[in-house]
Amino acid sequence: MATTTEPGIASKNQPGSASLLSIRSVAKHFGKNIVLRDISLEIAEGEFLTILGESGSGKTTLLRILAGFEHPTSGEVWMQGERLDTEPPYRRRVNTVFQHYALFPHMTVEQNVGYGLAIAKRPAAEIESRVAEALAKVKMSACAKSKPSKISGGQQQRIALARALVNRPRLLLLDEPLSALDANLRRQMQVELKALQREVGITFIFVTHDQDEAMVMSDRIALLRAGELEQVASPREIYNRPATSYTAQFIGHTNLLRAEVRQGTATCGALKWPTSLPNGAALFSLRPECIRPATVASATGSPGNAVRFRAKLRDQAFHGATELLRVESDGGLILTIRTASRDLPNSEAPLQFEFSAADAIPVRATNSSSNSSSGFHSGSQSEDGV
Amino acid sequence: MFSRAYRTAITVPPLVWVAVFLLVPYLLMFCYSFWSVSESGAIAHSWNLDNYHELLTKPVYWQTLLRSMWIAARVMFFSMLLGYPLAYFLSFHAGGRKDLYYQLVIIPLWVSYLVRAYAWKTILGTDGVLNTLLQYVHLTSHPLDSLLYSPFAVVLTLTHIYTPFTFLPIYAALEHIPRNLVEASHDLGATPAQTFWRVIFPLSIPGVLAGATFAFVLSLGDFLAPLLLGGPSGIMISNIVVSLFGAAYNWPLGAAISLCMLALVLALIFFSERLEKKWSFS
Repeated sequence: MATTTEPGIASKNQPGSASLLSIRSVAKHFGKNIVLRDISLEIAEGEFLTILGESGSGKTTLLRILAGFEHPTSGEVWMQGERLDTEPPYRRRVNTVFQHYALFPHMTVEQNVGYGLAIAKRPAAEIESRVAEALAKVKMSACAKSKPSKISGGQQQRIALARALVNRPRLLLLDEPLSALDANLRRQMQVELKALQREVGITFIFVTHDQDEAMVMSDRIALLRAGELEQVASPREIYNRPATSYTAQFIGHTNLLRAEVRQGTATCGALKWPTSLPNGAALFSLRPECIRPATVASATGSPGNAVRFRAKLRDQAFHGATELLRVESDGGLILTIRTASRDLPNSEAPLQFEFSAADAIPVRATNSSSNSSSGFHSGSQSEDGV
Repeated sequence: MFSRAYRTAITVPPLVWVAVFLLVPYLLMFCYSFWSVSESGAIAHSWNLDNYHELLTKPVYWQTLLRSMWIAARVMFFSMLLGYPLAYFLSFHAGGRKDLYYQLVIIPLWVSYLVRAYAWKTILGTDGVLNTLLQYVHLTSHPLDSLLYSPFAVVLTLTHIYTPFTFLPIYAALEHIPRNLVEASHDLGATPAQTFWRVIFPLSIPGVLAGATFAFVLSLGDFLAPLLLGGPSGIMISNIVVSLFGAAYNWPLGAAISLCMLALVLALIFFSERLEKKWSFS
């Protein structure tokens, strides 16, 4: 079921030098509740991988298996040729930044950051210098002697990061570390975190339910749905070439078009466009920004495969730089369109729109029990019209 | 927010209660401790420090007080030794049976103190359960009479009775520790033992202090266990107070001893609370 762009586990050999972590057919059951089923994933050295999913998708469980707080029911985890899942958490060169930071309240910031090094019995001078360096890296040197209860949430966040990084782990796990921060601080931390990851070169596995966050920070996104990997790809690829209708709807917004293909032509209501798919029913994802008012496109000279259609404006929502339009084409098909903000003629007269046939991406249908709601932002003719 | 009448109605009764049944008696005791008993046996209302002088100079009093503290200290030690591991096990490793075990610890508290003290009498007595068993398995040929009527019997009984009192605050403190701190410690390379000593134990110290204070203070003032099981060598300071107020009819001396104990206990609670505050971080 999982659609990964990574090569599967073809051989029993250890993964190549580029691969740091190898998750092989991992499943996790809690009693009758199946939280993860058959997860296989290769993570490269120095990669920033985001595990993205809704709550209940199993993303935190997967992270906890990597950290060692849960044991997989079946499957294995390997790190650079060594079996990882059988090791207790304290023998893994993996550190975690916890969702609620989990700083030790009876220790100062300094002692918190130095905890791992003290446990590893490093010399006092080394601990001191590495702690100072780690605190400087997260711009928290001034708070070294404070107790965690005396500093703000954003500062605690930085300390949690320093406490994990100071041990120079091979792999850093981050469990929704930004979810408790307010929007501005969150955006700032996203940028800082990404920059920090590049600087230290440690592999990050970042868990979040926020698709924007995933897009901004990741080298690759692993989209998890109901315990299975839906798609693993770079942010660009997962956005531009979603493999399933779920991916298309979860990452950004889209119009899902249920079309009928006959001799290389897909038909959905009044819309017709060329496709290479075989005859039969097919589902396409058409991003709102891929549809534009025809007047603009014709002025710039549209490519030959532009699909034109007439539609009436039903709704208009101003979003600053862009504007979301909801239009109804001939035949009653509702489409969402994102255009640059500008005034449209406020009339009942139908307008001309067009899109490039190549932007209608064929996607596999996902049984839609947990689909995100298709309100104004997302799909038009979604699969409930079966 | 609330009307004046309402506030008066809910605050005055408890205040009156405390005044009548606590402050007034203590005040009376305070006065008595500076009075004396005349030749005829009546209370002479002449103010002097004779009782306190007697207390400090007559060895029987301060020696009994020291012995009581020594018994209380042992009870404190042994009930911590039993209570802490029990609380730790329940809090961290009992899983789904946690509530059941918790009830099992609490239920003995419903049984009358007197019944439990008597139970030990039947266990430790010359013809008691323990001696019968020891003879039956031929570990001893004749019953051991040193079991009952000794400080040992008092310490044993008080430990049995006060272990739940040490268990409860320790358990509460352990339950308060966020579990992700334990995970964070493991994550940073600490073994379960290192995690216990560096994270769990320090964070449970307020509970340990509260539990230790309970066990010590409650044992120090106990008079039933020594009365029933202590014998002459197991007499504690409260037994002396009881006899001074009763048979000896020396209320002034009894009051002086009581006030000294009260001062001791208040000082202990004061320091214990100071320490608890120092070690609490939530």
